[in-house]
Amino acid sequence: MTVSYTVIVFVKQVPDTQNITGEAMTPDGTVNRAALPAIFNPEDLNALELALQLKDRYDAKVIVGTMGPPNAAEVLRNALYRGADEAFLLTDRAFAGADTLATSYALSCAAKKYGKFDLILCGRQAIDGDTAQVGPQLAEKLGIPQICYVEDVVKLTKGKIIAKRAIEGGYEVLEAPTPSLLTVIDSNVPRPQNAKRIMKYKKAKTKSELIKANSTYTDANERAMEESRLDGKSLLIYEWSAEDVGADRERVGFAGSPTKVKEIMNVVLTATDSKMVEATEQGISSLIQELINDHTLG
Amino acid sequence: MANIGNVWVFIEQEGGNIAEVSLELLCKGRELAGRLGVKTEALLIGDKLGKCVDKLYEYGADTVFLAEDPRLEPFTVQPFAKVIMDLIREYNPNILLFGATMKGRELAPRVASEKLAGLTADCTSLRIDNFDDKVSKKSYTDKLMQIRPAFGGNIIATIVNTWDDPQMVTVREGVMKMDEPMVGRKGELIKVKPALSGVETVVKVIERVREDKDVNLKGAQIIVAGGYGVGSKEGFNLIKQLADALGGEVGASRAAVDAGWIEHDHQVGQTGITVRPKLYIACGISGSIQHRAGMTGGKKIIAINTDPDAPIFAVSHYSIVGDLKTVIPQMIKAFKAKA
Repeated sequence: MTVSYTVIVFVKQVPDTQNITGEAMTPDGTVNRAALPAIFNPEDLNALELALQLKDRYDAKVIVGTMGPPNAAEVLRNALYRGADEAFLLTDRAFAGADTLATSYALSCAAKKYGKFDLILCGRQAIDGDTAQVGPQLAEKLGIPQICYVEDVVKLTKGKIIAKRAIEGGYEVLEAPTPSLLTVIDSNVPRPQNAKRIMKYKKAKTKSELIKANSTYTDANERAMEESRLDGKSLLIYEWSAEDVGADRERVGFAGSPTKVKEIMNVVLTATDSKMVEATEQGISSLIQELINDHTLG
Repeated sequence: MANIGNVWVFIEQEGGNIAEVSLELLCKGRELAGRLGVKTEALLIGDKLGKCVDKLYEYGADTVFLAEDPRLEPFTVQPFAKVIMDLIREYNPNILLFGATMKGRELAPRVASEKLAGLTADCTSLRIDNFDDKVSKKSYTDKLMQIRPAFGGNIIATIVNTWDDPQMVTVREGVMKMDEPMVGRKGELIKVKPALSGVETVVKVIERVREDKDVNLKGAQIIVAGGYGVGSKEGFNLIKQLADALGGEVGASRAAVDAGWIEHDHQVGQTGITVRPKLYIACGISGSIQHRAGMTGGKKIIAINTDPDAPIFAVSHYSIVGDLKTVIPQMIKAFKAKA
């Protein structure tokens, strides 16, 4: 079967930094990062939704990829449940400690390994770092145009995309040749996971997960046969190491990251010099008087 | 040997109006350059921008690199990145500052990726210091300390670029102090001929719709902000009434913006605007760390909330536990009676 368009969506599994509950707070008022649940980065869900809309509108194949530890396969299955066709996991200890430059290089190697594509979609930014840098850096690494802050695709044709994107105080409609990279903002409602797809794709596994599930699974030939059986049913999540994607080890992970963290300080709630004001006419009136007296008001 | 490159500031402009953040960065750039004993230089890129040059000298630029070309207007990323890369290759700056605006945040990473330079996003503080990298056992002198909130604002990280220059950062709007312009101050103008080809100019702007913001939160002395506790779009009328009475602007938390009660332009906080007014009145705002990141610079903070345990009370100077629907009218009445 041939499809008209190939769309790769890069996603990230992130700690949920936006809904920090009491359990994740330490007694000294700081956040215990390890206690935060891992979630699908919110804007990456918007990117996936946009890709799935393209699949609905134009005959497109949607491939979802991520870089992360072996358990990041969870977000890939989540994407398969929603409608993605294939998934790959880029995982290797060599990728650890990567900043955005090293990350975008590793992702560019994975995109090249995948082969020909028309579009790459990513969320604008991830909620753990909020940098919004990986999208533009990946576009540069691949030597393709970027359209950031995309709200919607107006039109996709062979060799050309027209997209609407947010700018400060308004919007733009841009036309770019394909392949191009789009970063997507919170501008659509991601579709939910589909029950039938869950039934099928909960069996989708990476190589590491197959080995983990069956410890006697040591015979390489047997494993290759099982992988090829799953692949035939689109149930194999491709798992690639740095070597598999031809990445130069000096350019990934900690070694490939120019930025180093010198120091981390937890933000602690600081009690300022605070006054209780009675919520009564009298209390409010004297507050206003105080603010007028010290020239804050009037 | 220490790098002797200069401190560069990317000047963002829209139709020849220079973004405030760029002027803030010129002032900061001048401070950093003074510390390093180098020059502060501005990159002014676009078309027909000659009239902007003098203002840049007055805010601290020793040199203005002016690149003008019709293909640089309106702004698209790749041609701008090409002009900046060519300049970096020729002049080797030590530091390159961008505003963390929508434009800055799509342009800076494209440049950093090509240059293989480190880039730190959304800095809120910058200073020069030495760095001992304990992992690689290398020492660096006079590096740019790039300080930013991370992890949803729950931590503050100091980041250092250990590779070749330039050390690149984007800086949040409104966090660096803008000094008074030095009227009549002059500098050197270097006109640059952009070397653009069909490779960089492939993205076409078909349509462009923009309006200047009608809210000026950054410059506001008094801000009355509403949160989820306001309860509805209509509820914001009360916030507006108090703002009007006090001569202030209306702000909002992300929860109120997400609920659709008020436009994003009004959002204060990590993903909105950083403000430092004389008076900030937080009405029905619980005070998430992301919101507090944008408003604790206020000189006086009043918080009104029905929940006595709301985190906003930890940063407020005046805490009113009560319903904003009764407290706000009382405030308006009291102010009108006295002023």
